[in-house]
Amino acid sequence: MLQYISEILPSLLSGTVMTLKIFFWTLVASLPLGILVSLGRSSKFKPLSWILSFYIWVMRGTPLLLQLIFVFYGLPNMPFFHIVFERYDAALFAFILNYTAYFAEIFRGGFGAIDNGQYEGAKVLGLSYWQTIRKIVVPQVVKIVIPSIGNEVINLVKDSSLVYVIGLGDLLRAGNIASSRDVTLLPLVLVGIIYLLLTLVCTWILKVVEKHYSYYR
Amino acid sequence: MLKLENITKSFNGTTILDQLNVDVNDNSILSIVGPSGAGKTTLLRCIAGLDRPDSGKFILDGKEFDPADDSDTEQIIGVVFQDFNLFPHLTVMENVTLAPTMVLKQDKKAAQETADSLLDELSLASHANQYPFELSGGQKQRVAIARALAMKPQILCYDEPTSALDPSLRDAVGKVILDLKKTGITQIVVTHDPEFAKNISDQILEVKPINK
Ligand SMILES: Nc1ncnc2c1ncn2[C@@H]1O[C@H](COP(=O)(O)OP(=O)(O)OP(=O)(O)O)[C@@H](O)[C@H]1O
Ligand SMILES: [Mg+2]
Repeated sequence: MLQYISEILPSLLSGTVMTLKIFFWTLVASLPLGILVSLGRSSKFKPLSWILSFYIWVMRGTPLLLQLIFVFYGLPNMPFFHIVFERYDAALFAFILNYTAYFAEIFRGGFGAIDNGQYEGAKVLGLSYWQTIRKIVVPQVVKIVIPSIGNEVINLVKDSSLVYVIGLGDLLRAGNIASSRDVTLLPLVLVGIIYLLLTLVCTWILKVVEKHYSYYR
Repeated sequence: MLKLENITKSFNGTTILDQLNVDVNDNSILSIVGPSGAGKTTLLRCIAGLDRPDSGKFILDGKEFDPADDSDTEQIIGVVFQDFNLFPHLTVMENVTLAPTMVLKQDKKAAQETADSLLDELSLASHANQYPFELSGGQKQRVAIARALAMKPQILCYDEPTSALDPSLRDAVGKVILDLKKTGITQIVVTHDPEFAKNISDQILEVKPINK
């Protein structure tokens, strides 16, 4: 059995790399985008706020799986202009769009929790809007939203397996292929273990981050 | 000299301040007293540029200015809020040096030296590296004063500086305010407490609620 494991492990690991790539780039892009979208949504410029609310509504109200299929199979077949993505780009695009919406919603709650006195304190000291957002507001929002962001991050590890549907070679696909080829459940068990390890590492990192932010109350 | 001319402010059709006039001499202390709801905080917020009066003028040394306009880097008005509004995620030192470095573009070292001497004068030197949640109410208030002073405002405003403090601390703020007067700054103090006002002020403005 050990020998079998060592035979399939390389393909599982390369699937893991794909999973991690999607995970990593989705986070890197959608966290800052989520902040911008949530700020834009509360903008006084109404059209911007409406468009962003609509976008968040659509992204949160439809399955990620549907969005993924739509981006990869749907966009190239649009009537007037065709947008064709590579599989990997399509996956990233759909994930970033989706997660930005979720993060924006979480950040909105965080921004709402900041007392108006913080903005006024900054204003009378002469700080500009962006200086206030960057130096005063966002650092405090981050502390507030870490637990909710943490849940989404764990979800993202698992959601990344949805790329399977557009034929991207991620961890789940690698396990599935080995499992049906060799008619054994073992690869799927291994896949499960790898996912568990990944979520475990995420949970641990979140704990560390949370601890880091406990320096003030 | 700061001159307020015909300051009028209403909220949702209710007039709070009606044609208010007052002159504040340089290097003096003006107290604003009056019952709750009279509009003391509202007046202070207009002076600080946080609210805009519906009409009226602010004139400093003969020149009209707009407190709400913050394009000017030079600080005219500093504010010590009733609940201080310290930045909880920054240390005392960072609270005091943030604006001088970001707004006045002082280099970090110069800002820290100024902060050090301010904290020293306000007996906060040993708290420089603590966070606001680790401080008592009186200490937080002095941090708020140091933070405002670091911007070298010409006029420093306080909203109810004694409300969060017990009587012995009340005298301590009074002393801080009188000591600051010696440094040449003009101060405007909103308070409920007529006795406190009498002890510190050169001039008292009574704001009365407007009866409709
Ligand atoms: N943003 C606002 N919107 C509507 N009404 C307001 C607003 N701010 C203040 N008011 C009203 O203006 C009046 C004066 O309020 P203000 O806070 O200036 O009183 P104050 O003299 O500071 O009272 P206190 O001594 O209780 O602090 C109150 O009736 C209050 O309800
Ligand atoms: Mg008040």
